Amino acid sequence: MDDRVILRVGAKILIPFILIFALYVQFHGDYGPGGGFQAGVIFAAAFVLYALIYGLGNVVRVLPPKAAYVCGALGVSIFVGVGFVTMALGGGFLDYGVLAHDPAHGQHYGILGVELGVLITVFGVMVALFYAFAGRRRIEP
Amino acid sequence: MTGVVTAVLFAMLAITGIAVTRMRDLFAAVMLAGIYSLVSAGLFVVMDAVDVAFTEAAVGAGISTVLMLGALALVGHKEAEPKRRPVLPLFVVVLTGGILVYGTSQIPPFGAPDNPAHLHVAPYYLEESDHDMGHIPNVVTSVLASYRGYDTMGETAVIFTAMVGVLLLLARGPLPRRVFHQGEWITVRPGTTREELEATLHEGDTEEAHDG
Repeated sequence: MDDRVILRVGAKILIPFILIFALYVQFHGDYGPGGGFQAGVIFAAAFVLYALIYGLGNVVRVLPPKAAYVCGALGVSIFVGVGFVTMALGGGFLDYGVLAHDPAHGQHYGILGVELGVLITVFGVMVALFYAFAGRRRIEP
Repeated sequence: MTGVVTAVLFAMLAITGIAVTRMRDLFAAVMLAGIYSLVSAGLFVVMDAVDVAFTEAAVGAGISTVLMLGALALVGHKEAEPKRRPVLPLFVVVLTGGILVYGTSQIPPFGAPDNPAHLHVAPYYLEESDHDMGHIPNVVTSVLASYRGYDTMGETAVIFTAMVGVLLLLARGPLPRRVFHQGEWITVRPGTTREELEATLHEGDTEEAHDG
């Protein structure tokens, strides 16, 4: 798509705002609609848009497939890791109350942690799925 | 007013659904499926399920449309003409639809405060969330991440499993160390790219054809 100037320029303007909006959805999830799932998908959508306009080769240089796979596994590990941390601190599994002196603050930290895990997993998985589909070439019959 | 908006959105949903089934051009069908998801997202907003609408708009209308387009790039965008008139499938679909519509007559009215879903644990979450979670105004978040943390952990693991499944089926892993081709093992030197390997194998094919 080398000749489509409007698409190329438009995408370049939009992508930073999409990324910032994803982070807003993530960290404003305590106050408004949103959370890890939505933020992860929006973050991945920015990469998909970049790939659609500038080609798969360029986006793979920004985020190699291996990094996306690692993200997919890392997020689940963070989520489960928060559970193990609460156990180590003397609470139950995913019992965030023990994370801080004040149980309500502990809940805040815990929710922030697991939502971050969800964000990273959803982002990694969405990008990995896109790579898996877009990386295949047509098999001539 | 909400009733009018809901009716219009449902009508658009039905029209889009019928249009998808009548499309022979799969490219247009995929685009209409994306529109279907977008209209559903609008419907979820009217029903005050903004979090669900968010997900539907991003996943249903955005990423899955792109994935479908990726699939169309591989299989082409023309649907084959059906060989027979689909009488039996039509019968099954009408029957299933009829049963589902009959089933909705038993469902308690939408949004009624005495619905079973609103009488079990929901009142506790709504009343105690502010105290338990220390002023997180979005109860959806506190339910999703804390009260129902196990479920969300399971969902995250399911998403991860989906990635593993798709990668096992679709992704191109590293090249094998040797390839069995036309009755003999060919060793693949380290550093060979997939394209080079395929070219080598194709060369063998043409030579074979010349010999024959």
